Amino acid sequence: MSTTSTPQVRVPNEIKPAGLHAGTTNLREEIRISAFPRTETTLPAETGVWVAVAAISMCFAALISALIVREGIAADWVHFGVPRIMYVNTFILLVSSISLEAARNSFSKAQEFERQNPAAGEKALDRARLWLLSTVALGALFVVGQVMAWRDLVAKGLFLASSPSSSFFYLLTAAHGLHLLGGIAGLGYAFWRIRRDPGSQETGVLSVAGVYWHFMDGLWAFLFIILVARM
Amino acid sequence: MSTPDPTIHQHAAPTGFIRKHVFSLDHKVIGRQYYDLALVAVFLGLLLSWLMRIHLGWMNAPIPLLGKLFPSGAPGNVMTPDLYLSLMTMHATIMVFFVLTTAPFAAFGNYVLPIQVGAEDMAFPHFNMMSFWVTFLAFLVLISSFFVGDGPPLAGWTSYAPLSSVGAVAGPGQGTGQTLWAVSIAIFCIGQLLGSLNFITTTLDLRTKGMSLARLPLSTWAWFVTSVIGLLAFAVLLPACVLLILDRTAGTSFFGPTGLVVNDTVLPYSGGSPLLWQHLFWFFGHPEVYIAILPGFGIISTVLPAFARKRLLGHQVMIGCMVSIGFLSYMVWGHHMFVSGMNPFSALMFSVPTLIITIPATIAVLMWLGTVYGARMRYTTASLFCLGFISVFITGGLSGFFLAQPSLDTYLHATYFVVAHFHFVMAIAAMFGIFAGTHFWFPKMYGRMMNETLGKWHFWLTFLGVYCVFMPMHYLGLAGNVRRYAAFTDNYLVPLIPLHKFITMAALFVGATQFIFFFNFFWSRFRGPKAPDNPWDATTLEWSTTSPPPFDNFGGRHLVVHHGPELYGVEGAANDYVMQVSPEQVDAR
Repeated sequence: MSTTSTPQVRVPNEIKPAGLHAGTTNLREEIRISAFPRTETTLPAETGVWVAVAAISMCFAALISALIVREGIAADWVHFGVPRIMYVNTFILLVSSISLEAARNSFSKAQEFERQNPAAGEKALDRARLWLLSTVALGALFVVGQVMAWRDLVAKGLFLASSPSSSFFYLLTAAHGLHLLGGIAGLGYAFWRIRRDPGSQETGVLSVAGVYWHFMDGLWAFLFIILVARM
Repeated sequence: MSTPDPTIHQHAAPTGFIRKHVFSLDHKVIGRQYYDLALVAVFLGLLLSWLMRIHLGWMNAPIPLLGKLFPSGAPGNVMTPDLYLSLMTMHATIMVFFVLTTAPFAAFGNYVLPIQVGAEDMAFPHFNMMSFWVTFLAFLVLISSFFVGDGPPLAGWTSYAPLSSVGAVAGPGQGTGQTLWAVSIAIFCIGQLLGSLNFITTTLDLRTKGMSLARLPLSTWAWFVTSVIGLLAFAVLLPACVLLILDRTAGTSFFGPTGLVVNDTVLPYSGGSPLLWQHLFWFFGHPEVYIAILPGFGIISTVLPAFARKRLLGHQVMIGCMVSIGFLSYMVWGHHMFVSGMNPFSALMFSVPTLIITIPATIAVLMWLGTVYGARMRYTTASLFCLGFISVFITGGLSGFFLAQPSLDTYLHATYFVVAHFHFVMAIAAMFGIFAGTHFWFPKMYGRMMNETLGKWHFWLTFLGVYCVFMPMHYLGLAGNVRRYAAFTDNYLVPLIPLHKFITMAALFVGATQFIFFFNFFWSRFRGPKAPDNPWDATTLEWSTTSPPPFDNFGGRHLVVHHGPELYGVEGAANDYVMQVSPEQVDAR
């Protein structure tokens, strides 16, 4: 492994005396070499986000299996059909995933250009930030749309306790929406991080925010299919 | 890279009392905080059990001060059945969640795992700090149920619907108390999810150079497998508790069936299923008991070789056992529901994996016995608790074989046979794992040695005492003694009362014995003799640093691992063991 600032580092197989590896300049480099055997710049969060994905998936799996069981055991399931606006919301969320990928694409271009062509790099970074902001805006639009879907249901007289179907509708959309708000916060953090510096850590931050966002999108697609089929 | 990357997991040395000791990012402080929480919880849980046992031995006798503590539950200081059930519910909830999930997993895991993998801290120190304080908040919410007007809930730690879902109409404890229970457990789930996230990411990402997965100590493997199980299990309990809270407060009908009449009141539920709660709860509940015991497996597998001075028989087999137990634990939840009216064919589908899961558990026991066989054992308190663990785990496991079969469980379900089974494997075995871990890692955690004489007295009195308490319960169960009963007035139960009196006296004796441990623990923290870096001549990474370790665990050194953790009893080495970080060449792997 080598780093751009310490080209002489050789990772030896024997114990070094207490202190720094030869050629490293600071403690941070030192720790990164010894503590990150995979690559120098993999953030723990890049593993952690997949762990979070697993946990959230189990959470929704429990709710969906409860839905399926509950629908089957009694005759009081009211089929009201999902509000039309939710089709629009789903489309908006899918587009947001595309804009997120555009942002990540621009960002990696910005990193490539950083060394050779700073001007182009700046432009690519600006584009990345713009796409990221669009993703956030689309996400916010989705949440607004979900609230409108709720109001649609309220107008039809369907509240949380009106019927088991409406109970699960509100519960699933609320749970997803809350997790999505967390995703928006994550994208906001990524935006703040890349505002100046297309470093390698920022790639990791974008990657983490991206994995979570795509998961929210995929989860919504799955939930939407269940809701359309069952409501 | 254009800028030096800040080391992701590193945080600056803390300054100030609050940052150092209260809201600390240091996994060592957080681990000790979890341990202290578990100590408070175990004391409270023990107290509740003593009250229960006194009542069961002498059913109509007034218990001094009980009326002052619980005015409506114990008029004239005599315990009412409602109060008995409340005490039972709180005893189990506190013990299962705040002792058996907190101490072996959160406390020891947080303290030891980062050091054993060679990291400076957990992967997400802020989440780690949050996980402790969230767990602490959950404890406070649970305890607050003692102080609400209606009292603590009485639906059991299993909180079966519809008793738990109908609200205050069901009687004392089922109003605010039950809601607080559900909220507390939901908060607890979040704390555990954050903790599991940390454990998994740290084990996968922050291992030091040379620390491959194969060289991980078995305690770290156990915490890793436990955190994977916990991640998926608590993620199911959380929505279950949310559904319960909605049924109680929002008028939904997830668990409330149509036409339910409680206390002469027709309730407005329609279409819900109490069985749905059972499935959701036990889908979590069974992996939960393996969360309670697997860290004990890991602790025994790490501590026993150090005192047998002999490598563990079957290091990789043990890893396989733990992983397969973790995997199978998700397939057996229905064995808690054999008498719920399920199709006997489904019962078979649960019974078979339940019996299969005994295989890796048995193999693990045989591996430990094989390690001890032919060893020149060093008998310290830690190693005695390891041997005691093996004994009580065998005893408790054997009763599991019977309960795993639907035909037998139809009779034994909800009798004291079940109570004996789970107390042996959880209350005793998992606790012995905690005690072994305490005595083993205390020098590292507090920089002082615990007193061996007190420790040995504690072990022997506890070991004999718990057999006296829980062994007769098998007989009680076979005789038909139903569990969760506050009184034994039926003809066939009355002759069993003398045995209950014996159990009560043994339980109070064991309870008193625990004060030896409490005293030893607290006295040694302040007055124990100073501990060397490696008092047990052990091989794992935590013994390569000072006792207690410095803030960043290794004082700026970045250890390189050369061996697995099993090099005890090595011939041709300078000592009879080779530490994981030692560059000494040995023929052994």
